Amino acid sequence: MRKIVGEARLLLIGIPVFLWTAIPLYHMMLFALSPKEAAFKGKLWPDNPTLRNFELVFGQKHYYLNNLWHQMWNSLIIALAVGLLTLFVATAAAFAISRLRVRGGRIIMNMALLTYFVPAAFLALPMYKAMATYGLLNTQWALILAMVTIATPYAIWVLKQAADKLPLELDEAAIVDGATAPQLFRHVFVPLMAPSMVAVGTYALLLAWNEYLYAFLLLSRDVDTTLAVALGAFLSADDSPWELLMTTGVIYALPPAAIYYTFRRYMAADLTSGSVKT
Amino acid sequence: MTTAANTAPIVSAAASPKKDDGGWQWWGTLLVAPYLVVFVVFVLYPVGYGFWLGHNIESYVEIFHDPIFLRAAVNTVLFLLIAVNLKMFVALLLSGFFAIPRWWIRILGLLFILPWAVPSIPTILSFRFMLNPEWGVINQLYFNLTFEDGPNWLNDPILAMSLAMVVHIWKSLPFWTLILLAGRLAIAKELYEAASIDGASNAQKFAHITWPSMRQLYVTCTILSMFFTLGDFNSVYLLTGGGPADLTHVLATLGIRYIRLDRVDLAMASIMCALPVMLPMMVYMMRRLSK
Repeated sequence: MRKIVGEARLLLIGIPVFLWTAIPLYHMMLFALSPKEAAFKGKLWPDNPTLRNFELVFGQKHYYLNNLWHQMWNSLIIALAVGLLTLFVATAAAFAISRLRVRGGRIIMNMALLTYFVPAAFLALPMYKAMATYGLLNTQWALILAMVTIATPYAIWVLKQAADKLPLELDEAAIVDGATAPQLFRHVFVPLMAPSMVAVGTYALLLAWNEYLYAFLLLSRDVDTTLAVALGAFLSADDSPWELLMTTGVIYALPPAAIYYTFRRYMAADLTSGSVKT
Repeated sequence: MTTAANTAPIVSAAASPKKDDGGWQWWGTLLVAPYLVVFVVFVLYPVGYGFWLGHNIESYVEIFHDPIFLRAAVNTVLFLLIAVNLKMFVALLLSGFFAIPRWWIRILGLLFILPWAVPSIPTILSFRFMLNPEWGVINQLYFNLTFEDGPNWLNDPILAMSLAMVVHIWKSLPFWTLILLAGRLAIAKELYEAASIDGASNAQKFAHITWPSMRQLYVTCTILSMFFTLGDFNSVYLLTGGGPADLTHVLATLGIRYIRLDRVDLAMASIMCALPVMLPMMVYMMRRLSK
């Protein structure tokens, strides 16, 4: 009896948590699966669920969607570039600071940390001006480099925390065997750091795929922008086709969800424990 | 501050015959160079340029005469004080819930992370649509229950601001719950077992074991969350667009508004106004994290 009461009390928390999490997501799914007329009737499940909206979206059959495939491709390329570049910059820096103990490493670490504390929307404005100065505005490099800048401080921080935990003896043994710095990096550091590198790469990739503000500021032409900006453009009209917007939203949200679940183990271990030192 | 106490000195004199050959430092410099370039080109220069744009005293006079700026400043403070603290408090409580070993709580935990993992634009637009006064699902339910038309949610600045906070909490609560859960799971189980033997209640366990172990983490997370929240453009912009009548701006969206008006100086000045709040937080965080 006590057990049942205890379980019921847990459900009293669990059910609201479930509803709170699921309702906006469910609402999105519901619209994606509803025929246009039925979408606005406030039903909890459409009478005739349909994949017609997906057909319309994938077929680019609305003037809002003219460049959909192109924009999806842009999102993908930009996210991959950000993931790889961040990984490269951050891994190299973490290795130099933590294992090679490069001079000034501490200062560089502190610079990265300070950058991490600058709110993203605040850095967006000066960066927008800088990109204009560099002549990068409205090129995808602007967004890629901006996102790498946003992602690297945290990436370096997480990787450095993880690198500091590697046992010294491994490096020492390699050094005694005559390993050079690049050999140490390739044969000792990278294999041991692989899980953290997966976490950091995934983090940067998701950050770039999900970004709206920077994409919207730095890229303006329809053929250059990402899916996020394309979705935002729906907002500018009064007669927005909401069922298509929600369908595109589902398509846009699925890859990051899938990637997150695939790499969840790495993310949970490194991003949560590394993000805030306890 | 200890000098890199936990940074293992790799090239200790005893172990490394190559300590002084210079190669290590050379490689080290080469490997931090990419980050240094990124930092100088995309942080240092823009921020310096921003300071330069924001140093004009007349811009500050002008924004302090702009009622929209003053409103945005108040909104930002309210956002930080109410939304962040409410979120962190709920995250602290929920981290306890998710620490309970039950199969269904574990599955719920997998679902619970979704708002954080998926992009904000489609989900916030989903919120926005649910709140639409004419065909949004919330007002339809409202009508079915009361036979009256529901409020025009986003047309009231206070309601709209509160809903932006709800959206912000919805989006970022999972991340902080996860971190606080990690903190909770790191507490030694023996402490709880010993307390149970002594007949401590759950509240006593929380007050004497959980909270003292997590207090520092909680404070650090709260401050970090304030930085992130200051930079949260999406929750407000995508839900209300700053409206109605520019009454729901926060500093993050106000900057963009000034840019649209082609007033970069005002945009920078409005951001600079957050510095007095941010600096002490930054100093505190640097001290906490770079130990």
